[in-house]
Amino acid sequence: MIKEFWLNTVCVALMLAVVLAGLLFDEPYYITLATKVTILAMAGVGLNLALGYGGLISFGHAAFFGIGGYVTGILASHALNYEPLAIWPFEINGTTQMLIIWPVAAVVSALFAAVIGAFSLRTSGVYFIMITLAFAQMIYYFAISWPSYGGEDGLSVYLRSEFPGLNTMNGASFFAICFVWLMAAIWGSSRIVNAGFGLALQATRQNAERVEAVGIEPFRIRLTAFVISGAITGVAGALYVDLNRFVSPSMLSWHTSGEIMVFVILGGVARLFGPLVGAALFIVLEQSLGGMTENWQFWLGAILIFVVLFARGGAIGFLAKEARHD
Amino acid sequence: MRPLAGPLFYFLPMTASLFIEQILNGLQFGVMLFLMSAGLTLVFGVMGLINLAHGSLYMIGAFAAAAVAGWTGSYWMGLIASLAAAAMVGALVEVTVIRRLYHRDHLDQVLATFALILLFSEGTRWLFGPFPLYLDVPDMLSGTVSLPFGIAYSKYRLAIILMGLLIAVGLFMLIAKTRLGVRIRAGESDREMIAALGVDISKLYTIVFALGAALAGLAGAMVGTIQSVEVGMGEPVLILAFVVTVIGGIGSIKGAFLGALLVGLTDTLGRFLLPVILKSVFEPSFATSVGSALASMLIYLLMAVVLIWRPSGLAGKAA
Repeated sequence: MIKEFWLNTVCVALMLAVVLAGLLFDEPYYITLATKVTILAMAGVGLNLALGYGGLISFGHAAFFGIGGYVTGILASHALNYEPLAIWPFEINGTTQMLIIWPVAAVVSALFAAVIGAFSLRTSGVYFIMITLAFAQMIYYFAISWPSYGGEDGLSVYLRSEFPGLNTMNGASFFAICFVWLMAAIWGSSRIVNAGFGLALQATRQNAERVEAVGIEPFRIRLTAFVISGAITGVAGALYVDLNRFVSPSMLSWHTSGEIMVFVILGGVARLFGPLVGAALFIVLEQSLGGMTENWQFWLGAILIFVVLFARGGAIGFLAKEARHD
Repeated sequence: MRPLAGPLFYFLPMTASLFIEQILNGLQFGVMLFLMSAGLTLVFGVMGLINLAHGSLYMIGAFAAAAVAGWTGSYWMGLIASLAAAAMVGALVEVTVIRRLYHRDHLDQVLATFALILLFSEGTRWLFGPFPLYLDVPDMLSGTVSLPFGIAYSKYRLAIILMGLLIAVGLFMLIAKTRLGVRIRAGESDREMIAALGVDISKLYTIVFALGAALAGLAGAMVGTIQSVEVGMGEPVLILAFVVTVIGGIGSIKGAFLGALLVGLTDTLGRFLLPVILKSVFEPSFATSVGSALASMLIYLLMAVVLIWRPSGLAGKAA
């Protein structure tokens, strides 16, 4: 545990060093990359709660990531075009205030997670993997064929949303916001995991029958975890759209689900900082391989296969050498 | 539904032949999905493996067919090449990577086969370049054929339906009547036992995987004439094949067949009928956009309904 703590500290320090270097040498691209890693890691932290601690292998978390993203996109586009979202029963206007967008993104993706979870959790194993995938695809195709918000082309958001007292268009301040969110998500996860609820959740992963035998209903525990997980990933999606100032159905695609899963597994399943390490490794690989060869995805695939076959437990598991308790 | 019946009834006689044509299209789509899902469901049933890279084998089949048909000028050579290439790549991947995943949990399988997709897609782009290839319909099957009720239907699509049904029958016979089929079924129910009885289980697994791969490759080659052959063509089909497998019940060939036809028909008819039905209630532009949005979600709704009704699929054993 002590080794893992130091490993986590080093990772966070490294990332802050990259941002600092970006500031010192006036390389805004470094800051953008670090922000991207931070946001993707947060999406992974959300998934890790369901997948790592709850053993719920969701192949549809892109749905929540994309829904959070569309919340930002839709609210901001209405506000920037001065079009009300709804005029009946009372007028609702769009907004560019992050403090309003975040809770809306969290609540909307939590609602979707509640519905998707309520259906999907009736099944288990492969069926669960595939039905979460199918729900995400359903939303993906809806986004593609629904023309109001850009359909397949996506939706550009011309200005990054605002946060009181900060200039969010400044890369470093936006990074700071995302970084605080990531740390809050990791801290929240650790609180959840170590609380009674989290222990019950991990117990349902290990043996659902025993949990039921002591009088706890696994379904409710799992659904709650799935909803919290979806909400965290949803807020990450909202931030991601602010980073790119663009939202498109590709955020909802199954490739995104796969990538979020890769972050979690690459870093180490059920490790608090696993998604951060995984996302950082993924982006570093993407950038360095992308600089060397056009066919970087080929080598990325090869590396991932190697990791699955020979380096079980992800990067943190490999370095901290401490078995996960299954 | 009552107010809808009037305008729909009025509309139908004009489109009866169109309607039958759409049913045939749905069947064609369905048998193609069956070829994809058969391998997926066999591999899961026998080896307990989720193979996301199944769509890549479909893509490899299509590319092999397009390339060989391009060199030799013969569609049939292309078709054979698609079977051979997909089976060979399937066997190769099984021996090098897939084999190591059987005793792993689903998470590792999903990640490793996701990585295989990256590898195959990028590898294919490397070999064939970024531009799509095209595959021509053979002369023998080009043009249309006259069916009863004055319907002119594409010969090629009809051939796909017949060939798909033929392969389905062949596959049922293989599983039910042959020694290999007995072993496959035995492997499904108890792999330790048949290994103990002296069956070379790892060879059996390679054969099953290659068989599933060949069917996926064939499906890719047959569809290659209807749509362009390009990198990434396997992924949408893969997800549909998952839907089919889940609806049918994982591990069941019969379920895959039922599920494939159900998904094929629902999708095709939904895209055709939903806008028509909605147009009788809403204004046309609204009906078209809502209709197409709903139609693209229809099969996933179907899947959700089936799973709520029968959580382990139509033909699946109770979990």
